[in-house]
Amino acid sequence: MINEAEESIKKISKPKKGEEGNIIKVAGPVVQAENLRGAEMYEVVHVGEEGLIGEVIELEEDVATIQVYEETGGVKPGEKVVRTGEPLSVELGPGLITEIYDGIQRPLDMIKDETGDFIKRGVDVSPLEHEKKWEFKPSVDKGDDVSTGDILGTVQETNVVEHKVMIPPDKEGTVKEIVDQGEYTIDDTIAVIEDDDKEFEITMVQRWPVRIGRPIADKKAPGELLITGQRVLDTFFPLAKGGTAAIPGGFGTGKTVIQHQLAKWSDADIVVYVGCGERGNEMTEVLRDFPELEDPRTGEPLMKRTILIANTSNMPVAAREASVYSGITLAEYYRDMGYNVALMADSTSRWAEALREISGRLEEMPGEEGYPAYLASELAAFYERAGICELHGGREGSVSVIGAVSPSGGDFSEPVTQNTLRIVQVFWALDTELRNKRHFPAINWLKSYSLYLDQVAEWWGDNVNENWHTLRREGMKLLEKEDELQEIVQLVGPDALPRSDQFALQAARVLREDFLQQNAFHDVDTYCEPEKQFRMLQIMMEFHDRGMKALEEDVKVDDLADMEVLEKLSRMSNVPSDKWEEKYGDIEMHMNKEFDELMEG
Amino acid sequence: MVEDISKRTEYRNVVEVSGPLMVVEGISDVAYNEIAKIKLPSGEERLGQVLEARSNRAIIQVFAGTRGLDTDQTSVQFTGEVMKFGVSRELLGRVFNGIGEPIDDSPDIIPEERRDINGDPINPSAREFPREFIQTGLSTIDGMFTLVRGQKLPMFSASGLPHNNVAAQIARQAKVLGEEEEFAVVFCAMGITSEEANFFINDFERTGALERAVLFLNLADDPAIERTIIPRLALTAAEYLAFDEGMQVLVILSDMTNYCEALREIAAAREEVPGRRGYPGYLYTDLASIYERAGRILNREGSITMIPILTMPDDDITHPIPDLTGYITEGQIVFSRELHRKGIRPPITPDGSLSRLMQQGIGEERTREDHSDVSNQLYAAYAEGNELRDLVAVVGEEALSERDRTYLKFAEEFEERFIAQGGDEDRSIDETLDLAWELLTIIPKRDLKRIDERFIDKYYPG
Repeated sequence: MINEAEESIKKISKPKKGEEGNIIKVAGPVVQAENLRGAEMYEVVHVGEEGLIGEVIELEEDVATIQVYEETGGVKPGEKVVRTGEPLSVELGPGLITEIYDGIQRPLDMIKDETGDFIKRGVDVSPLEHEKKWEFKPSVDKGDDVSTGDILGTVQETNVVEHKVMIPPDKEGTVKEIVDQGEYTIDDTIAVIEDDDKEFEITMVQRWPVRIGRPIADKKAPGELLITGQRVLDTFFPLAKGGTAAIPGGFGTGKTVIQHQLAKWSDADIVVYVGCGERGNEMTEVLRDFPELEDPRTGEPLMKRTILIANTSNMPVAAREASVYSGITLAEYYRDMGYNVALMADSTSRWAEALREISGRLEEMPGEEGYPAYLASELAAFYERAGICELHGGREGSVSVIGAVSPSGGDFSEPVTQNTLRIVQVFWALDTELRNKRHFPAINWLKSYSLYLDQVAEWWGDNVNENWHTLRREGMKLLEKEDELQEIVQLVGPDALPRSDQFALQAARVLREDFLQQNAFHDVDTYCEPEKQFRMLQIMMEFHDRGMKALEEDVKVDDLADMEVLEKLSRMSNVPSDKWEEKYGDIEMHMNKEFDELMEG
Repeated sequence: MVEDISKRTEYRNVVEVSGPLMVVEGISDVAYNEIAKIKLPSGEERLGQVLEARSNRAIIQVFAGTRGLDTDQTSVQFTGEVMKFGVSRELLGRVFNGIGEPIDDSPDIIPEERRDINGDPINPSAREFPREFIQTGLSTIDGMFTLVRGQKLPMFSASGLPHNNVAAQIARQAKVLGEEEEFAVVFCAMGITSEEANFFINDFERTGALERAVLFLNLADDPAIERTIIPRLALTAAEYLAFDEGMQVLVILSDMTNYCEALREIAAAREEVPGRRGYPGYLYTDLASIYERAGRILNREGSITMIPILTMPDDDITHPIPDLTGYITEGQIVFSRELHRKGIRPPITPDGSLSRLMQQGIGEERTREDHSDVSNQLYAAYAEGNELRDLVAVVGEEALSERDRTYLKFAEEFEERFIAQGGDEDRSIDETLDLAWELLTIIPKRDLKRIDERFIDKYYPG
């Protein structure tokens, strides 16, 4: 894989650049051009008089088929196509954080400066600011031996992100020159490396082809919880750092709200949020909220650790296809610095549809529901770029990938959902019925699963409480029992149930309404730390256990249903973080007292 | 809407005519999406658009259909430009057909500018987040799935349901509280009957809204292919009025189902690989290119608020048209045949209805501090009441507990007093929320878990 990437990179400077062909056919985003013998698969070309950006996706003799990342209305056969000799790549260096890009890494703010409030085509803007000076602090000395991934120095990119300037993947040698601490642009040479007789200069910027994963030394097994502050996720269906998760759900079930919650509150160092074929206003919401929201861990605005990629549904479809790759390449770059990166892709279905659309235009033989036969392998290859990794340079970093899926008709049997489920380790199933009941987040606890339970149990034990695994299992058991009992109730009514079952329904209701539900729009409830989650669950399960005992002492079910503590339990989630420990203690005491009284009386 | 092209080459080499498409060969210098003028043997002229451009061959979709075309005398001229529409303030009060020609016997418009009808995507970083509450006067919408300025909120209806009345009522009553601004309505008819179109026109006339409206009409007996063009004409007009003239524009598109059918017809004629139910694989992208033109832009006065209407085939919300629409729009207003049968007018059901932009558009200073909580409580209580109805059908009402019976009663009253309201009844947001509180007294007070205690203290009646 490294070799493949090296090859791609080396081609940048070869003389193929500038060779021209001619368009012979235009149909939507797909253009065919002749006289392009020698063009390579996935090479970037400039199409037509306006120089629209495109990528070669099929070759036959000297005819290249090109998917164009911009609108093609008005483009004529006969116009030229110019080769760049380079695969679709992203520019990597300081200045990425806080930026908002389109699917092919063009900064939307710069596009706005060029073409105004609407995106016109043919805009050529650079992903990073080349004039801006950054304070570079060297961390190697002359004569040091360095190889791939070693850190030459650092740049404080934002208040919370220290950018590490690394030796690019294909280089090694001895430091011949290194600049002093000071201000440099990303194009200034900051070091010269000598390898045998060759010398090469290092700047703060590198390029990397988006369709190839950046090299790592080794992959490790995920084990540390990715804290999201969402009770149903952290406690019941946890995701580990470096893991993969999918959130499928019909429209209106809250995929985007959950993705936003994860982008806001998950304890990753860097967040890459890819809005792939989704709504413009939702991206605007992120743009507006993130600079104002405070990261609970650093106290700094969330934007200071975030990169946004916005290729909304009305922006060109081919760039949508590229956007997830651009996103994950940026994520890998920060992983290489040793950070824990979380990537949210909303929605992978739109990306799959872009594949389908392009495939249809190529008249390829369709697979299920018109999707191309290679859908499964493309999806797998994408999620496989996640992971917790040992890196060159002796660090460890991770990329966690959370993909939203938008199944047509809310039907999980469709190809994108099914192929995704075969790969990901965590499945958060959103449910239309729960949505209709205003149960948010509408994650169905019976359909969802996490394959990281055993791995993160140790984390919970070390950091919160060793009883987490047991308590979680009991909670799950109660919820499953409720489901069985509900079926009976639907047939015979609740009165026909034995008393213990009637109370089980009551206790499950507490768990369902007061623990699983969480209000993303409530100032306090929007984030719930793991310790608080555990304590809430502990008290609720205690309510269940004590209630069951009380029934043995002939306490009436109705009396249990009328307990004052129920209302207190329902308001537990809104207790602020500096007060909950004390307040929960009070609630627990109150509850025990009430039970004692019932059992005596 | 096409400039003088008499000096351009006239091609006679039509080699194929099939469905809405024709193929012409021996051409040169033809661009993708370019507009072509087709002259029939009878002397009649039609417009078409290039769907595929090759070096010497073009596939053209003919807007008014291919009836009467032949492969002998029919000739084609290319106009050298993509479809454009002339915009100006003078559009207000005018009526246009499916290719943008005025059909109201008034003189032609002298445009300020002729614009590409496909528009350009709004740069997400230039968007202003929509958060100004629009009071429609309908309790369900204002109270539970609030519309805000710049939102796209479709109506998921079905044949035989009164979606037109609701759309007209919204167009009539919609206002932003405390503001007097220039407003305009852009109404785009796609394949609806002349009776339905007349209903809107008469309603606009009755309320004096007609002179503030631009009408685009493609009726049931007009060429189906023009339905793929007409919403883009309408939105080009809307964008001009909103973002150049600073007006608050409400766009009503009816009926999107007919639009999608026309799209499918063209895709089938081109023998494209079909996606779900025969609709083209790019239906999502295509619909997005229409819906996403709604919105607000930073530092510009105007806004486009969009209410697309679609009829769900066989009342099926999972059908590709409502399904893909729901994935693009910011919520949906769902009509229920069951409520309609019960005589609840308008039959708008909270079951499945949603407004994604609501949270930011309501609350203190926008509507009222208790709005969000009350709305959540209404949803939850109605859902629970509805569920109990199913249970009653099996075990009878006697088997229910006292608490459950209050929920049943709530569901009944909620439908009859909150959902149902007159066609001219314009309820203020305060009236809507007060009514909600009144209804919530039916269920036990301690069940009001979704409402903050301080609001209960402040607003609970009695």
